[in-house]
Amino acid sequence: MMTIPRFWREIRQRYKGVGVECGNCERVYFPPREVCPHCRRESIGKMKERELSGKGRLVTFTEIHEPMPDFKMMVPYIMAIVEMDEDVRMTGQLVDIDYDEVEQGMEVDVTIRRLGEESPSGIIYYGYKFVPVR
Amino acid sequence: MKTNKKVGIKGYAGYVPRYRITPKEIGEVWGKDGERMGKGLNIISKSIPSPDEDVISISIQAAKWAVMRSEILGEDIGAIYVGSESHPYAVKPTATIVAAAVGATPYLTAADYEFACKAGTAAIQTCMGLVASGMINNGMAIGADTSQGAPGDALEYSASAGGAAFIIGSDDLLAEINYTTSFTTDTPDFWRREGKKYPSHGGRFTGQPAYFKHIAGCTQVLFEETGAEPDDFDYAVFHQPNGKFPIKIAKKLGFTMEQIGPGLLVPRIGNTYSGAVPLGLAATLDVAEPGDRIMVTAYGSGAGSDSFDITVTDGILDKRENGVPSIEQVISDEVFISYAKYAKFREKIDTGEW
Repeated sequence: MMTIPRFWREIRQRYKGVGVECGNCERVYFPPREVCPHCRRESIGKMKERELSGKGRLVTFTEIHEPMPDFKMMVPYIMAIVEMDEDVRMTGQLVDIDYDEVEQGMEVDVTIRRLGEESPSGIIYYGYKFVPVR
Repeated sequence: MKTNKKVGIKGYAGYVPRYRITPKEIGEVWGKDGERMGKGLNIISKSIPSPDEDVISISIQAAKWAVMRSEILGEDIGAIYVGSESHPYAVKPTATIVAAAVGATPYLTAADYEFACKAGTAAIQTCMGLVASGMINNGMAIGADTSQGAPGDALEYSASAGGAAFIIGSDDLLAEINYTTSFTTDTPDFWRREGKKYPSHGGRFTGQPAYFKHIAGCTQVLFEETGAEPDDFDYAVFHQPNGKFPIKIAKKLGFTMEQIGPGLLVPRIGNTYSGAVPLGLAATLDVAEPGDRIMVTAYGSGAGSDSFDITVTDGILDKRENGVPSIEQVISDEVFISYAKYAKFREKIDTGEW
């Protein structure tokens, strides 16, 4: 479970896919990093915000049968690793598709869905998931 | 009501969840002839949101596509109003979350609207006023719902989910809004009390003194004030709580099936409440040509109607081809599910937690 301040701090990452780009080597990172692990001190002060396009290809995936509590109503569901167009990988749920239709390399788009909630009277968490490009 | 300055639609898009259930499947659970019920309501299937979809996620998807079609930046939006009767929060605006998702924060005004099924068109009128007065350059109006009928109630056969977003501005328009009228009375035909999960309604009282009186009153006042007649319009969109009412009111007002055809989505997706007229207008804009004129009248219980006289401009041609899916593309992706899965998706199953 996330605390409210943590969720609030990460809203731009979760709703808009805001990562960073190294001003030295142009590598993109998501979630954002303070320093480029390749350029190290060369990148200090050169990391700039970069909003991802939201488009990518499926690298690998698995079907989850023993869920986290927030995902109970979605069982079974698919978790995927996606190579975004910016050469950065993201992990997220792949929705609106059955497991037997999923293929490695398929094109996916980011969509914003409900990720869970603090409690029935608590805040609702929204963020990115992936949908197949149809 | 006519604005002093030209206003219209710069971008639009709609989103409808892909899951569907048939009236037959619902009827089997409650010992009713669902197929007959569906025929009576002219509903073949209704849309169902998956467990991770609600008015906020539906609004965000429609809003992102509408911004893309309008070819403006999120930060160019000066106002966002989201009309719905199923906002996920009772207190905390849907509009702020949509604003953050499209990059419109922080320099904008925003609020949520509620007026049963016409909150989305009330949002369009508000944006028209703000744009025409020069207070903002672009406003976004959204109508979206994930309403539910109580299990076993007649509403369960029609209450569905979906929504559409419109960017309202004064330049680079794809359609101009020539005129708008409203017709509002205190009519208790349908309501939901604070804290209650399902709405209540006055049965047959929702027809003549409610839906028909308000839509006819609002449309006729638009005809009187503009001098327009049904024949002057290429298309018409009326609120569609079922597939029967909009056909009946269209005929009564002098419109043909050809005029209302493209915007009549309810037989395939059910009653999307605040999303119904916005989605019907979006589907009509998808097929309209420059110069076509569209008559739109929404209805919200409680009760009131908003009418719009819209003329499509040349701008539609480029903006139709810029990668945003059409309503037909969105709603043709459909997956039929059982009542059991529907009950799970709509949280009608008590897992014993919390």
